[in-house]
Amino acid sequence: MSLDTVAIAQITPDNLQPFAELGLKPDEYARIKEILGRRPTSSELAMYSVMWSEHCSYKSSKVHLKQFGDKAPKSDALLVGIGENAGVVDVGQGYAVTFKIESHNHPSFVEPYQGAATGVGGIVRDILTMGARPIAIMDPLRFGPADAADTRRVLPGIVAGVGGYGNCLGLPNIGGEVVFDETYIGNPLVNALCVGVMKHSDIKLAKAAGAGNLVVLYGAKTGGDGIGGVSVLASETFGAGGSTKRPSVQVGDPFVEKVLIECSLEIFAEDLVVGIQDLGGAGLSCATSELASGGSGGMRVQLDKVPLRDPSLSPEEILMSESQERMCAIVEPQKIDRFLEICKKWDVTVTVIGEVTDGDHFEITWNGEVIVNVPPRTVAHEGPVYNRPLAQPEYIDRVNSAEVIVPLPKTPLEIKEAVLKLAAAPNLADKSWVTSQYDKYVQGNTIQSQPDDSGMIRLDETTNLGVAISTDANANWSYLNPYQGAKLALAEAARNIATAGARPLAVTNCLNFGSPEDPGVMWQFAESVRGLADGCLEMGLPVTGGNVSFYNQTGAVAILPTPVIGVLGVIQDVRKRTPMSYKEAGLELFLLGETKADLAGSEWAFLHGVRVGQSPDADLAKEMRLIEFLLEGNGFFAAAHDLSQGGLSAVLTEMVLRNGVGASVVLNNPAIDLLSETPGRVVVAIKPEDVSLLEKLSQKYSIEISQLGTTGGDSLIINETSISLSELREVHTSTFPRLFG
Amino acid sequence: MRVGVITFPGTLDDRDAARAVNVAGAQSVALWHNDADLKNVDAVILPGGFSYGDYLRCGAISRFAPVMNLVIDAANKGMPVLGICNGFQVLCESHLLPGALTRNSDLHFLCRDQEIEIINNETAWTSAYKSGEKIVIPLKNGEGSFQCDDETLAQLEGEGRVVARYVGQNPNGSRNLIAGITNERGNVVGLMPHPEHAIDELTGPTAQGLGFFTSILNAMVK
Repeated sequence: MSLDTVAIAQITPDNLQPFAELGLKPDEYARIKEILGRRPTSSELAMYSVMWSEHCSYKSSKVHLKQFGDKAPKSDALLVGIGENAGVVDVGQGYAVTFKIESHNHPSFVEPYQGAATGVGGIVRDILTMGARPIAIMDPLRFGPADAADTRRVLPGIVAGVGGYGNCLGLPNIGGEVVFDETYIGNPLVNALCVGVMKHSDIKLAKAAGAGNLVVLYGAKTGGDGIGGVSVLASETFGAGGSTKRPSVQVGDPFVEKVLIECSLEIFAEDLVVGIQDLGGAGLSCATSELASGGSGGMRVQLDKVPLRDPSLSPEEILMSESQERMCAIVEPQKIDRFLEICKKWDVTVTVIGEVTDGDHFEITWNGEVIVNVPPRTVAHEGPVYNRPLAQPEYIDRVNSAEVIVPLPKTPLEIKEAVLKLAAAPNLADKSWVTSQYDKYVQGNTIQSQPDDSGMIRLDETTNLGVAISTDANANWSYLNPYQGAKLALAEAARNIATAGARPLAVTNCLNFGSPEDPGVMWQFAESVRGLADGCLEMGLPVTGGNVSFYNQTGAVAILPTPVIGVLGVIQDVRKRTPMSYKEAGLELFLLGETKADLAGSEWAFLHGVRVGQSPDADLAKEMRLIEFLLEGNGFFAAAHDLSQGGLSAVLTEMVLRNGVGASVVLNNPAIDLLSETPGRVVVAIKPEDVSLLEKLSQKYSIEISQLGTTGGDSLIINETSISLSELREVHTSTFPRLFG
Repeated sequence: MRVGVITFPGTLDDRDAARAVNVAGAQSVALWHNDADLKNVDAVILPGGFSYGDYLRCGAISRFAPVMNLVIDAANKGMPVLGICNGFQVLCESHLLPGALTRNSDLHFLCRDQEIEIINNETAWTSAYKSGEKIVIPLKNGEGSFQCDDETLAQLEGEGRVVARYVGQNPNGSRNLIAGITNERGNVVGLMPHPEHAIDELTGPTAQGLGFFTSILNAMVK
C-alpha cells in the first residue's frame, strides 16, 4: 500500500476508506471529515478509530460519569481527580497514594494468560505514570460456572497470567475476588487494581508543555501485537462465528516492565520530565495525542524514528499497535542527556521521536511527508458523546415482585448441611489455589492480604503509616436493583477496610456491563452510576477515577451488571490493625448490626438457582455510624470480620478456620441468622471484660449489638449442631483443587 | 560488617534482603550487576527475583554479569555468599553449588508459609540456629524443585551439605526434600525459601528467618 499523506488526501477527497472495519460509525466518519475539512489520511483514520472507540473515548458512558464530578463531596484529600491516568489522594505525612482499577476482560477471554498479564501490566504503568512507585496489586475476577469446561480453560490461564506478570514485577498481590456465575461464561471479567505511593511533590501529569521540549519514547520496541485491541476487542460484542481475533491481544514481557519501572523512578527522582504518559490502549496514538491535548500547544512527531520489532509495519499499524511496556515522556532539551544516560544504565531503548510545538496542530511525518495533521483535542478529548436510549428492562418488575422461595434449614442436621454447603460453594470456598500462585510477601510491607477483608500495605517503616484497600461487587443485588447494588458495593468495600481499623478515604471503580446499545443494559449502567455517585456524596468519599467496560455479552445475553468498587483508606499505625479472626479461646463473639430476612440475591438463593426478590436498601448513614463504631472499637477488638456473601455462616466458617480455634454460638432463628445477607453487619471478638465498652459504642453510634457466643474448642457449634473444624476445613479447602487440579 | 546485596535487572527482593541485613545489625551495601568492585563488603547476598527475566533459564544470564566474576573469586577465597531463590539458581548456574532448580512438580508458582528444618548449622549463614530446629518462612517460586544426579545427592547427604529440608509434604518435588545446600567449605549457601521475608511478625509469618542474617554477623565477629 502506498503512503497516504495529507497532500494526497486533499486531492483525492472521494477515496473509499474502511472506517466501518475500524469500528467507526458513518456519522463519526462524517464528523472527522468535517473537523479536518477533508477526508482523513489512513493514518488519521487509524488514530481517530482507536481514540474514538468506546474503550478510549467513553462515548456511551461520559454523560453519566459526569455525575462523579457534579456530585463530588468536598474532600481535602484529593490531590488529582478524574481525568488523569489515576487519581491521587493525600494520606498524610507528606505521602500521596494513587490507585486505580481497570478491566482487561475481552483479551482475557481470547487469550487468558496474556490477556490477564497485560491487564496487570497496563494498570501498573498507569500508576507509574503518576510518578508513583507501584506497591501492590489486586485482582477481582469473575468466571462462568465453576464446573464449566470453558472455565477450566480460562481460569487457570488468567490466574497464571496475573501471577506470572505481577510476581515478576515484584508487586505483592494483596486481594481480589473470585466469583462464578453463568452469565460470565464467554465473558470472564479480569479487573486489576494497582496502588502506588509517592511524595506530594513527585506527582506527574500527562501534558506536553513548552515549545521545543522533546517527545521521547522509551521502553520496548513496537511490534505488530494488539493492533486494534481497543476498537476491535473491547468495543464490540463477540459473535458466535468470526475470526479468533487473537492477533488483537497484546503480549507482555514483565521483565521489560520491571526494568521500565526502576528506570522511570530514577528519571522521576531527578525531575527530568515535564509530562509523561504510558502507552496502553490505542498505543502511540493515545499517548501522543493525550499529551498534546493536555498541554498548551501542538506536537510534531517523526513516526519513522519509532524503533520497531517488525520493520515491515506500516505507519497506520505503528500508530495503532498496543505493544506493551512503552512510555512517552516530554523532556526539556537540557535534560535529555541525563535522561538518555539513565535509560542506558537500565538497557532501556530510548528514542527522541519529536518535539512540542506552538499552535494547536498535531503533526506526524513519515520520512518527511506529513501523514497526520489534526487538532489534538479532537482526537483525545473531544470525541463523540452519545446519550444512548435507556429503558428499565422488563425483568425488573417481574423479579422484584417474585417471592424468594428457598429451603430453610431447621433440624441440626439441616443446619450442618447448610453451613457445609456454603463453605464448599465455589464463590465462598477457600481461594488458596488461586492466591498461592501470587507473591504476597515481596517488598516486605504486606500487612494483610487474601483472605483478609482488605489488603493492607505499610507505607512508612518508621511511622507505620499504612493504607488498606478492598474491592467489592454484588452483582446479584445489582441485577435486582442496580441503583442499590452500587451503593451496597460501596458500603461493603468501605466496611471491609474499616473492620481492620482503616478510615475510608477515596473510591475507584470498574464498571463492567453488557452492550450499551441495549437500552436495558444502558439503564442498568445509568442506575449504577447514579447509585455510586449518590453513595459517594453521602459517605463523603470522592471518586478518583475508574474504568468502564461495555460489550461484556454473548449474543443477546449480557453479564450481570457488575460495578466493582474499590475503596482506599488510611491507617495511622498498621501494628494496631484488627485482624479478621482471633487466636484465643474464651473471647465473646458479638454481631454488630441488625439481621433481617434478606435472602434475595444471597449466596443461598444463588445456590438454589433463585435470583428474584428485592435487594436490601442501602442505609449509608447507618453504614457511616458503623464505620465510626469500628474505628473507635479498633483499640479493643480482638477480631472483626465483615458479613457479606454467605452471611453469618460464611463468616463463622472463615473465622474458626483462620487460626484453627472453634466457636460456640446460640442463634434464635438459625436459618435466617445464618443465611441472610442484610448489609451493614460485622462480627467482632472481644475480651469478656470489654463488653461494657462495646455496649457504650453501641449506644453512641446507635448500632444494635447481639451476643452470639464464645470462642474456643475444635468445632463450630451452632445451637445443637456441631461441626468439627477438620470436617469444615476439608469441604472449604477441597473445592478449588477438585475443580482445577 | 558490610553485607553486599546485588541487584540484577529483574531482581525483586533486594530491598527486603537489605532490610533484613540492617535489622540484624549489619550494614547493607547495594551492589549493581555491572559493578567492577565489591565495595569492600565482607559477605554477599544474591536476592530473589527474576534476574534478566529468567530468559533462557533461571540464573543462566546473571551468571555472566560482571559482578559475578568478582563474587565467584571471593567465594572461592572463603567469602560468605547467600543465594536466595533466584540467587540460589544463579549460584548453581555459576557452579558455586551443584545441581539445578527446575519447575515445581505441579507446574504452578507457589507462595506459602513453609516449615523447614535446619539440618546443618555450621555454615556461615545458619550458625544462629540449632541443628534440627524447625522454622516457618515464606516459600515463593515457580522453579524451586532441587534436582541433581544420584552421585551428587549422595555426596551432599554424605558430607552434611544439606542445609535445610522441607518439613511435611514435598512442596515442589525437590530431591530428598532439599530446601538449601552449601559448598564444601560451608561459606556459600543456596536456599529456596525466603528468610528475608520473615524478620518480623508484622510483615512475615514469623521472625524466624532473621537467624540467617544474624549468623553472618556472628561468623564475622568470630
